[in-house]
Amino acid sequence: MQLDYARCVGCQLCTEVCPEGAFSVSHDWAFAVRDKADLLNPGRVAAAPQPADDSADATALAAEIKAFGRSLHIRHVDAGSCNGCESELQALLNPFYNLHRLGIFFTPSPRFADLLLVTGPVTAAMREPLLRTYEAMPQPRWVMAAGTCATGGGTNGGGYACHQGLDGILPVDVWLPGCPPNPAALIEALLLLLRQRAQRVHGGVYEHA
Amino acid sequence: MRHCDTIRLTPAELPAAADSLLSVLGDTPSAHGRMQMAYVCRCAADAVDVIYVLSQGANQPYKVWRVRPDDNALPSLANKLPLLGWYEREMADLYGLRFDGHPEPHPLVLHEGMPRDPAPLAHRFDVQAAALDFTPQPPTVPQVLGPDIQRLPFGPVRADIVESAQFLFFYIGEGILHYHPRLFYKHRAMESRFEGQTLRAGAVLAERVSGIDSVAHALAYAQAVEGAMGWRAPPRARYLRVILAELERLYNHLHYLGHLAKTTTLKVAEAEGHLLEERVKQINARLTGSRFLRGLITPGGLRRDLDISGLDKALDAITADIDSYLLRLENTRSHLDRLMTTGTLPRQVAFDQGATGPIERASDLDRDLRRDHPYANYEKVRFSVPVQQAGDAHARSLVRMEEIHESLAIIRQTIGRTKPGEVLRFEPMEEPDPQGEGLGWVEATRGGLLYAVHLSADRSRLSRVKIKDPSFSNWRVFPFTVEDSNMMDYAINEASSACPSPVPTGKGERPCRYGPGWAGTKAAPLPPGRSVPGTTVRMACSVCRGWTRRAVSPATVDAAIAPPPARRRPSRCATVACSSTTHAA
Repeated sequence: MQLDYARCVGCQLCTEVCPEGAFSVSHDWAFAVRDKADLLNPGRVAAAPQPADDSADATALAAEIKAFGRSLHIRHVDAGSCNGCESELQALLNPFYNLHRLGIFFTPSPRFADLLLVTGPVTAAMREPLLRTYEAMPQPRWVMAAGTCATGGGTNGGGYACHQGLDGILPVDVWLPGCPPNPAALIEALLLLLRQRAQRVHGGVYEHA
Repeated sequence: MRHCDTIRLTPAELPAAADSLLSVLGDTPSAHGRMQMAYVCRCAADAVDVIYVLSQGANQPYKVWRVRPDDNALPSLANKLPLLGWYEREMADLYGLRFDGHPEPHPLVLHEGMPRDPAPLAHRFDVQAAALDFTPQPPTVPQVLGPDIQRLPFGPVRADIVESAQFLFFYIGEGILHYHPRLFYKHRAMESRFEGQTLRAGAVLAERVSGIDSVAHALAYAQAVEGAMGWRAPPRARYLRVILAELERLYNHLHYLGHLAKTTTLKVAEAEGHLLEERVKQINARLTGSRFLRGLITPGGLRRDLDISGLDKALDAITADIDSYLLRLENTRSHLDRLMTTGTLPRQVAFDQGATGPIERASDLDRDLRRDHPYANYEKVRFSVPVQQAGDAHARSLVRMEEIHESLAIIRQTIGRTKPGEVLRFEPMEEPDPQGEGLGWVEATRGGLLYAVHLSADRSRLSRVKIKDPSFSNWRVFPFTVEDSNMMDYAINEASSACPSPVPTGKGERPCRYGPGWAGTKAAPLPPGRSVPGTTVRMACSVCRGWTRRAVSPATVDAAIAPPPARRRPSRCATVACSSTTHAA
């Protein structure tokens, strides 16, 4: 049995129907990862937490981030979400979360953006506008898949109308499942991108701080 | 179908039935009745039925027409019942049906350039199928020619954190000549995803049709399934459903006011509205574990019980802040000045084109499913349905402000009446519907939401689910409020409608868009002396700055919707005084 957090919408039906009680409800919330494989729990085999071995990458990225003076500008694209993710993204700007205090801003134009933040499973009609937004961004640029639709299609991916998230459409730097991810998880994911927070999920196992 | 009178018609009988609808129910908004939706249901291997669902007025059962198309074609009813125009185009796009004589036979859900042959749902939906691959083409718009006319395509990737949609403006200077919203960039085939799912999994899917309406969708779905199965949720579950639905209305309306304040450039009011929304979302999270109140409502009741003991205190803690916030908004002249007379939606247009929710109630259509077709336990609580007459952006915001107060009152009453007990029950309380079909309805934050559910033969799975979302109705109406208005007001208008508003009256008769069958855009005169239940208006007193409640007489209404003076002023502020004797002089 496998558990793929990239496709989990947190409906908790598994905890109700599993005859062996293999699933239980948790309060884990910060699920952002850099490598999508880290969201897959392969099952009974004890998942070996993988030490981060991307130090070379990290050095290059650290240099890039330094170039931006720690300020990050985000262009959000809704590629077919249910609007739950948008609601939580908008909440980042309310006085409670006040994202600006971290030097992180949403920008109207992709030309000013460092990060493309995508929600939704990528509908057939939004694929082209999404790609064109990405192409309009200056380099270096990053991509975050926010919400389970964007990380794995969730309940809404597939069929004639939708793709299965960003896989195979854009190169993704941070994957954040959640239905929707709450604002704190979104902030953690942004800080993970900026190397100001450590990744908490490895091999599908959540490590408590 | 449960809760419905069903009759079967032949395609040839359809136009006459539509005519009789106008003569029997009447073509005036006060008649209450209205076509609700139309959809395709695959009822046999090689045949489809088109099902029309009609409302016949308060406390009357819904009416259902079933029609089997001849050779994939039906006569279009969009010339008689304009709000059907979009439903027919949706069926044409997705199922390949033809509607003969449709006044706007253009693509709607499938954009220009998408492969249409075969239609994507001509065969069963396959979740493994590849997404449509196509080269985008420009939308079908009327030819707009003129030396000074500018064309502005806006979107689908727009400024700010918003949902994807494209808006096309044709304008001269500030004046908007033609406005074309191109929606359905986000078409996800959600209805098809229900097919073959279990009843329990369907509730999870319903919550993911619209995140900020999770409760409304799950509730409408659950009630439709319960109708088909003959179940009835236990009393405690029905009361808790009321609480969940009103909490959802509360955070949505607070968000709405914050967003509206943003469009009138009130930074503090924007922050405060969104902070209040956040506080309600946190109450939601503490109560249910989900900021969107997800994971609770399911056919048969609730998946688990809730502890509501701390809810009244939590709401007490924000009630005064909400009240003072609304009061200060209503006392901010720069805000009111931008809202009054902006985006006026005449009553008859709102009715003909299918406006719903706060938008129709701001245009003097007094309808609310919670009162007119009670569900959950709404028949056990007392509340009034706020209605406004002006039909402008200010009216729409006033309706929502009033609804915030009503929601808080409903939750308080419900908390007091909720007794301990079970919350999930599957025993049939009445005979299951013989066809395994049910209709569920909810007055969602943005208006009437309907689910029609068809179960499989063994009643364990879903075979067809149709969703009538309020925004599908309201987006159809919105362009009527934009054309002839100006670019500066557009953002306010859009925000005030949460999808939007106005055809200014007094600028001459607009050309009739939908042919001779349509009544035209003239505003329906208010019947003299008509008394509408709950037609009192909460206004800010200009002396003490407190709330006062005013019964609205036709004279007041006439004054309120009279053409604005040369210099627009929120004159209403100067004329309203509350009954306090301390400043009667």
